[in-house]
Amino acid sequence: MSTPAFSQSAFNKNLKKYYTFYTGGFIAFLIALAIAEQMGMSKAWIGYWFLFATIGLYAGIGWMTRTTDVAEYYVAGRRVPAFFNGMATGADWMSAASFIGMAGTLFLSGFDGLAWVMGWTGGFCLVALFLAPYLRKFGQFTIPDFLAERYGGGIVRFMGVICAITCSFVYVVAQIYGVGLIVSRMTGLEFGVGVFVGLAGILVCAMLGGMRAVTWTQVAQYIVLIIAYMTPVVWLGVKHTGIPIPQLAYGYTLQKLGDVEKKITNDPKEIEVRKTFADRSAAGKAALANPDKAFADGKAQVEKNLADLKASNAPADKMAAAEKAVAAYPRDVSAAKSIWNREVGLIARSGGPRPHAQAFPGKDEAAQNTARLNFIGIVFCMMFGTAALPHILMRYYTTPSVQEARTSVFWSLVCIFLLYFTAPCLAVLAKYDMYTNLVGSSFASLPAWASAWAKVDPGLLSIVDINGDGIVQLAEIVIGGDLIVLATPEIAGLPYVVSGLVAAGGLAAALSTADGLLLTIANALAHDFYYKLIDPTATTGRRVFLSKFLLVCAAITAAYVTSLKPGDILFLVGAAFSLGASSFFPCLVMGIFWKRASKWGAIIGMAAGLGICVYYMVTRYPFFGINMPLWFGLSPVSAGMFGLPVSMVTIYIVSWLTPAPNKEVQELVEHIRYPNLAGDTVVSEAR
Amino acid sequence: MELTAKHHEYWRKNLVITAILFAIWFVFTFVEIWFARELNSSMTFLGFPLAFYFSAQGSLAIYVALIGIYAVLMKKLDKEYGVDEGDLE
Repeated sequence: MSTPAFSQSAFNKNLKKYYTFYTGGFIAFLIALAIAEQMGMSKAWIGYWFLFATIGLYAGIGWMTRTTDVAEYYVAGRRVPAFFNGMATGADWMSAASFIGMAGTLFLSGFDGLAWVMGWTGGFCLVALFLAPYLRKFGQFTIPDFLAERYGGGIVRFMGVICAITCSFVYVVAQIYGVGLIVSRMTGLEFGVGVFVGLAGILVCAMLGGMRAVTWTQVAQYIVLIIAYMTPVVWLGVKHTGIPIPQLAYGYTLQKLGDVEKKITNDPKEIEVRKTFADRSAAGKAALANPDKAFADGKAQVEKNLADLKASNAPADKMAAAEKAVAAYPRDVSAAKSIWNREVGLIARSGGPRPHAQAFPGKDEAAQNTARLNFIGIVFCMMFGTAALPHILMRYYTTPSVQEARTSVFWSLVCIFLLYFTAPCLAVLAKYDMYTNLVGSSFASLPAWASAWAKVDPGLLSIVDINGDGIVQLAEIVIGGDLIVLATPEIAGLPYVVSGLVAAGGLAAALSTADGLLLTIANALAHDFYYKLIDPTATTGRRVFLSKFLLVCAAITAAYVTSLKPGDILFLVGAAFSLGASSFFPCLVMGIFWKRASKWGAIIGMAAGLGICVYYMVTRYPFFGINMPLWFGLSPVSAGMFGLPVSMVTIYIVSWLTPAPNKEVQELVEHIRYPNLAGDTVVSEAR
Repeated sequence: MELTAKHHEYWRKNLVITAILFAIWFVFTFVEIWFARELNSSMTFLGFPLAFYFSAQGSLAIYVALIGIYAVLMKKLDKEYGVDEGDLE
């Protein structure tokens, strides 16, 4: 396993030294920038410093750890200690969606958002109990490797490759989107340019050193992202709860938030604004019922208004407003229809604030139970999907031993836990801050951050004085979830350097996940498809070269798809997990725990799970335009809830109907169940 | 190699540990969610309604603990049955 000159303990010691030094250096860099800001460095330059310093750093690590050795390239030489592998997995795992989106989702949907928090942490229990130690003992390079050895044959490997690429590609598009968004915010570059700057950072790192470079960069990225996430929360926590660990104390803030929500629900001004929206929605609906007449009536009305004003010699400003109304009136019926449709949608804003901590709101028992089922569906699919995504499972190939693999899952979840138990806290603190400071303030003196963000992107924040009383009502605010994390430093009144830090953290989260995913895609193609299926005589140099080349191709394809801005990011991410849960999880776990699981059981089971999952998504998700009725009201994101059981049952039945696996396979299963058996050195150390 | 009775016993014990931890995981995930409304209205903990507390951090902490316990127990079991990997130095 190790070269004679290599000592694991000396290596571990050096690692600790390097990363302590690195963390200290990063903090010194922050302090230096903070001082520079006080001395008058402009915001744009702080943004550039963060962008280029961090990407340069990651690229530097990539350059220093470049390699052409196969075992180094695919599994970082299998000597990553448990704790460092945990940090790397944390960064690999936490994507732009976790870093930026999570707190926003919790802010907007309260208790319901916790489904994502639970789903994205609890899955690691499944990884630890059912997969990581066994895959490590198996000790090859990729997940299709395991499927092929266990079930025998090219078909299984090929299906594994297809599943791995599908999940990872869907997921990587979401990451690159995040990279483009943050880079363009941070520096003011265009979205497309932002995508390619970020991409360059990813490529230098993953291409030069494969898994080895990605691992050590991810450790560095984890340190950046966790510092970036914690700093503003601790600050905001001291402000609202008086202690620097607000995660433990925000329960009382949550109670106070409940009181504020009640006050807002019953406030007459708020009710007035909400009624305005309900009325506009009803009017839109009425117009849509009879569009031609409504269009003609509306047109006659504005024209008559103008004519009346002209006849009565009204003041100039009223005349101007009436003229504007005529000019702005929709050109034809179809233009008017789209406006009315938008008006109908305002019904969403006519409800009062939903109590943040309330579980499964719904108007009656049945609606509440459907909400609960969908909560369970998301938790279920995210958890089993976690235990099936190849870029995560691959990480447990890199530890020195089975024991370290088990410990490593523990450290992974510790690292992830730190962020995930902070996100709900951040959501509550930000909400409380907004409900008490912004709501009820006057439009003449909006806080600076509110007007600044409203200017950047009205989709993120828009505040319009609907009832014209000069006071901000909650119902007059439209807020996008992504704003919460990005704007928290400003909400808390922190210096701009913290905003830059948060953006750098988001960038680290997106880059690290994209790195891991692209590597998975490239390895599936180069190792499983080319080397194992097409040309088993390929030299190691050729394989590594090919993998690097394919990595660039995958990255460029993903960037191209991203630039088309395909739909809803959260749906894409959820879909990747559902697909993984239905295709990989059953045959991986049954392959380890049930010797009788046979080749055809796995093939048909995988196909059945994937088939049901894709069928349900395509026929139910609005994007595809078929919109068949939902089963039990379960949303299409959670299609894995059908796919996974179907796949398990299929594997079970088909395995009994087909011949049992041969003796070698049975021995392989025994081999992976014991961390160390006398006489087994052959399979696990294959290079 | 042929597996001995001792090996089979190791595997059985592994399955028992796995099953128990899995059951705890199940209770603090799906049973907790199923009764979230009742838990929320029953009591508060550190100011949180109970189900909110578990979904936001209690269950998460239990997940971390489960994985830690699994690693420790299995390490002991490996040693006891002589299938551990020894020190890696």
